[in-house]
Amino acid sequence: MRRRRTGRVVAGVASGLADHLGAPVFWVRAVFAVLAAFSGAGIIAYGLFWMFVPQSAVVEPETEADRKEWQQAVGLAALGVGVAVFTGLLGGTWSGWVTGPVAVALVGAAVVWREADEAQRRRWRDGAFSQGKAGIVRTTAGGALVVAGVAAFLVVNDSVQNLSSVVLSVLATLIGVAVLTVPLWMRLVRDLDAERRARIRTEERAEIAAHLHDSVLQTLALIQKQSESPREVKRLARSQERELRSWLYGRDLGELGEQPATISVAIAQTCAEVEDAFAIAVSQVVVGDCELEDGMFALVQASKEAVVNAAKHAGVGEVSVYAEVEPDKVTVFVRDRGKGFDPDAVPEDRHGLAGSIRGRMDRHGGEVRLRTAPGEGTEVQLEMPRKTEART
Amino acid sequence: MSVRVFLVDDHALFRAGVRAELDTITDEVEVVGEAGSVGEAVAGIAHHRPDVVLLDVHMPDGGGAEVLRQIRTKIPEVTFLALSVSDAAEDVINVIRAGARGYVTKTISSQELVRAVVRVSEGDAVFSPRLAGFVLDAFADRPGAAPISDPELDLLTPRERDVLRLLARGYAYKEIASELFISVKTVETHVSSVLRKTQLSNRYELSRWATDRRLV
Repeated sequence: MRRRRTGRVVAGVASGLADHLGAPVFWVRAVFAVLAAFSGAGIIAYGLFWMFVPQSAVVEPETEADRKEWQQAVGLAALGVGVAVFTGLLGGTWSGWVTGPVAVALVGAAVVWREADEAQRRRWRDGAFSQGKAGIVRTTAGGALVVAGVAAFLVVNDSVQNLSSVVLSVLATLIGVAVLTVPLWMRLVRDLDAERRARIRTEERAEIAAHLHDSVLQTLALIQKQSESPREVKRLARSQERELRSWLYGRDLGELGEQPATISVAIAQTCAEVEDAFAIAVSQVVVGDCELEDGMFALVQASKEAVVNAAKHAGVGEVSVYAEVEPDKVTVFVRDRGKGFDPDAVPEDRHGLAGSIRGRMDRHGGEVRLRTAPGEGTEVQLEMPRKTEART
Repeated sequence: MSVRVFLVDDHALFRAGVRAELDTITDEVEVVGEAGSVGEAVAGIAHHRPDVVLLDVHMPDGGGAEVLRQIRTKIPEVTFLALSVSDAAEDVINVIRAGARGYVTKTISSQELVRAVVRVSEGDAVFSPRLAGFVLDAFADRPGAAPISDPELDLLTPRERDVLRLLARGYAYKEIASELFISVKTVETHVSSVLRKTQLSNRYELSRWATDRRLV
């Protein structure tokens, strides 16, 4: 929400609120006026909006409110203030000696605040920091009104003698000063905030630039050099894509070669290694996660062997890996849609499947299931029970 | 009759590529229009009334989810298939929950893209393996998870879980059907039901993914 800078009557709160809510501005003003009857709640609400809602910085077409609307709005504002004062007096919530001076002080504050808005508006429009002569006059007049209000309040109060008059006068002066300097504080806070944001943005941009330079630009350069080798280009592009993704989407895959801590990271790293080594795409989906204990390490190694087999023998560009961590076991499926083979026809001396996969899994109490036939693709299912104490 | 498709992507190069692919490989789909921004997309979709909108997830001014929000109330009969380079959980779940009938990544082959478009135009859902993985993850039973308030929406049936697992393993619907001894129609019913749950469930994981909007 933003306060309107054009077509406003006091501070643009009502019109801004009307824009925000999509309601006719007349009704918003009427509601403020009615609320003013309840111990001045409408006036206080208006003041709070004024303080905390910034002016719109967008330069709208500078249309002033038309005359009829303006008269109506001024009427409503006067009505609101009148009703607030009247009900206050009538209901005895404020006695007469408070109401008069406070009203004078509030009007003074409104003048000063409005002038501060004006100053900011000029700053946006012309880039001018200096206030015009009229501005200074208005600010001084507003300040004088506040001072007069506070003074009157104190003078009248002196005769009431219900509180230590020294404490009261100090309090009243402090409040007067606080009210007068509200625009100053708000501007300070907003400027600080804006500056902090700008700094963060600059730092982020610098970091992104550095990263893109180190990774993407380097890879693009390499790709241009290797352009006569499609396999190499594909490998480079794929590995850069993976790296950029993990950076953008915060999937921390760790450094290659670094000891992974969880099974999802281990599988991601394994797939990445095979992608790089064989220039194929390995798509992996991991559901759930767990610590990488001994059995799981063997499982990841066996999976890697299965992916490597697929990369070497299946004759397709893509292998999919799916791992699911369940409370009592972890299952990994490695699947390709390639040639497939007849498991009984594999010569005895080919140990890939028998040794690296079955042997590894058996030693840790896991199971291997193989499903393949010539022309049907291959799917290796690896299942490893989780140690009871390691369950989460 | 061919399926009328509208392309929304802020990269003109990518739109041209998809259009060329779809136009050359098949008569099943016909590209009727394209747009490069949220505003253009909303106007173009209202004008062309396509059957399927291929929607990019990351665009300025709110991205694909914003297009979905603006169109879904006005023209509910248009179906959306999200097509994105991102496969981050937040992005995927966010457009699905905004009303997309499916999610595929831009590395998908042209034939598979056509199949996916035809499928969503027939009212079915399209789950990439990774989306299936996310959904399985989100509906997993975790110790200490928030209590289930609506079992109808917050839990998957064992059969739905089986279908999702096979999707995540990269199986096609036909392969899933023969694996589970059910018809392809039944597989489609299960997937649609999972999609509905993903869109409407109040499970914490889903709403968290849907609101975690990372700035890229």
